[in-house]
Amino acid sequence: MSDEPILQARGVFKSYQKNRVEVPVLRGIDLDIHAGEVTALVGRSGSGKSTLMHLMATLDQPDKGEIFYRGQRIDNASWKERDAFRNQQIGVIFQFYHLLPELSAIENVLAPAMIAQSTWSYFFNRKEARRQAEAMLDRVGLLHRATHKPGEMSGGEMQRAAIARALMTRPSLLLADEPTGNLDTDTGLEVLKLLRGLNVDDGLSIVMITHDESIAAGADRTWKMKDGRVVDDRIAQVA
Amino acid sequence: MYRWMLCFRYLRTRYIALASIVSVTLGVATLIIVNSVMAGFAAEMHERLHGLASDILIECHASGGLPDPDGNLDEIRSVLGDRLEGSSVSVHVPGMLGIEFNGQLITRHVNLVGIDAETYDTVSQFGQFLLHPANQKKVDFELKETGFAPDREGFPVSGWAYRRQRVAYDQALDLERQRVESALRRARGEVSAPDAASEGPSMKMDFGGSMFADKNGDGPKVFDPSIEQFPGIVLGISTCSSRLRDQDGKVADHYYCRPGDDIRMMFPNASDNTKVVNQKFTVVDLYESGMSEYDSTFAFVRLDQLQEFRGMIDPSSGMRSVTAIQLKLKPGSDLNVARDDLRRRFPPDRYALNIQTWRDMQGPLLAAVRLETTILNILLFLIIAVAGFGILATFFMIVVEKTRDIGTLKALGASSTGVMSIFLSYGVLLGIVGSVVGMVGGLVFIKYINNIAAIIEDITGQEVFDPTVYYFNSIPTIIDPWTIFWVVLGSIAIATMASVLPSLRAARMHPVRSLRFE
Repeated sequence: MSDEPILQARGVFKSYQKNRVEVPVLRGIDLDIHAGEVTALVGRSGSGKSTLMHLMATLDQPDKGEIFYRGQRIDNASWKERDAFRNQQIGVIFQFYHLLPELSAIENVLAPAMIAQSTWSYFFNRKEARRQAEAMLDRVGLLHRATHKPGEMSGGEMQRAAIARALMTRPSLLLADEPTGNLDTDTGLEVLKLLRGLNVDDGLSIVMITHDESIAAGADRTWKMKDGRVVDDRIAQVA
Repeated sequence: MYRWMLCFRYLRTRYIALASIVSVTLGVATLIIVNSVMAGFAAEMHERLHGLASDILIECHASGGLPDPDGNLDEIRSVLGDRLEGSSVSVHVPGMLGIEFNGQLITRHVNLVGIDAETYDTVSQFGQFLLHPANQKKVDFELKETGFAPDREGFPVSGWAYRRQRVAYDQALDLERQRVESALRRARGEVSAPDAASEGPSMKMDFGGSMFADKNGDGPKVFDPSIEQFPGIVLGISTCSSRLRDQDGKVADHYYCRPGDDIRMMFPNASDNTKVVNQKFTVVDLYESGMSEYDSTFAFVRLDQLQEFRGMIDPSSGMRSVTAIQLKLKPGSDLNVARDDLRRRFPPDRYALNIQTWRDMQGPLLAAVRLETTILNILLFLIIAVAGFGILATFFMIVVEKTRDIGTLKALGASSTGVMSIFLSYGVLLGIVGSVVGMVGGLVFIKYINNIAAIIEDITGQEVFDPTVYYFNSIPTIIDPWTIFWVVLGSIAIATMASVLPSLRAARMHPVRSLRFE
């Protein structure tokens, strides 16, 4: 495993306005995500782990502090650069899958490719994109459900479709926000197995947010968060 | 690409949005229908008004008229130069029409017009409104044998055929009356020659003798109505007929007189000491232009005959006076400029002439139609504007409903402008669908407008387009592609504008807050 950090947070502060009262969520986070590792971010709800993930995904900007991706600062980049970064460099999956209900599984997987390209260039590359999306669905074992709408799929299938979508643009980092939080134990384990497989086979770096210590135990590295701070940094046993 | 995919998906799956554009559809359809009907109506009216009137009309109000029309025409020609294409002179005089109908005299006020059949048709449409096909080509004021209005169902037999039949009937009736009378006399013991009565002052004609002194009939030579006619007259169709609805609701024309009948006309002569000229005419044709104002007031006779009857011929020089000069200008000439040129040459303070273009004569009517069209357009466009607010509200709902999807798209790297363009193109697409459906619906409606009017009449029993009022047998429509273009463009623009605010809202949504939105 390489020790080179793919993502770094330095002194990150973030607070939200709630009824004119400033609620601090992150109070100075320093942490490194190492390439090729599965990193678990553990903490109780309200500890700020989701907020941290949003900052890492550049969906939000920190009040103070810096975030680096491969040594390059990304938190203060322009909208356009951040949009491209989200599209190209990282994949995001959520507890509630967030598939677009109007689109079928394969169309959902194709969405990042469509977003990445202009209508013209997508039109000329559509066969290639489709082939790739089918490969992704195959990789997550969902090819037989390609034309199904999210409403016709089970939770585990939806999460696997979401993973395929996140991987469509071949990112180097996958951010997963409670990927198993809405699944039963067995299905959750399947999804975790899939993620681990992606990590091992493709060298994908994964950041997994969870409140479940047992899931965190399966990670290469675990960061524990409490009240907006990283409280414990221990290297987990490599399973 | 995802924008188009999503907005097409939304279009297919959100029926509530489709409902919100129904008002756009209806508005567009109504606008197109109303504009086409109004345009058809106005064009028909323009065509008729202009067809009936010449480009420029010079009227002389003196009762004796305008002497030396040729000299005046030369003067006019020198003023207008090569703008002048044709001219005609005529005599207009108010008259009273008397028609004998079932033993009663029906009188009508008419505008008696003496026309020069050769030139009158070149300055305004006249012949084409006559009923007999031969007269439509050339009017000669001679009664035709038969064959009036060949394509009109239920038009009574007219012409010489009818005239002979009527005369024979009248004579038979007369004879029978005399026979009865003489039989009665014989029964009373009075001695009388059986044929003396027929030579007496009793009815030789179907009417007339008993009511008016008859100049033509009382001459030394006996007038035989079965082979002879009085001077010809063309009557406006509504002066001698009434269009009524029978019990079944069908429109039927009832004629007081028809070609072949004789009528009486009274009009002032041209002398300073005005007297009434009382003249019999034979109806040789009827005139139907479709403009009730014209059809119910005009009667046409030969110019030279009217000039004679009115004494408009100078006995010493033989010069004939006229009361009106009609001018036709070359296509594209500015009528108002020509009129003003003529007015400068014939200033109103020195000449008792009234120089008008056909638009001047029909100004208020044309202005009223224009105003109506404008107001209707504004009102109907307001309907589409109201529909725009419906789209606005529906779109806000859809954007709120789609909040999480918007967050998802942003998490996948979609830009704010991309998200905005989804909803903007959705709005444009809805506008296009709404207006195109409305356009097609409107055009189909126009195509079948007369059938639809008939169905509505059947259902409601209410006449939609009353032919007894308008003298159109079908609703005229004109489809102007530019009108349709602007209507469709306008409604698409309104739909687009209505979707701008919701799209901006979608674009401004914070990705994290939208992802967390429950």
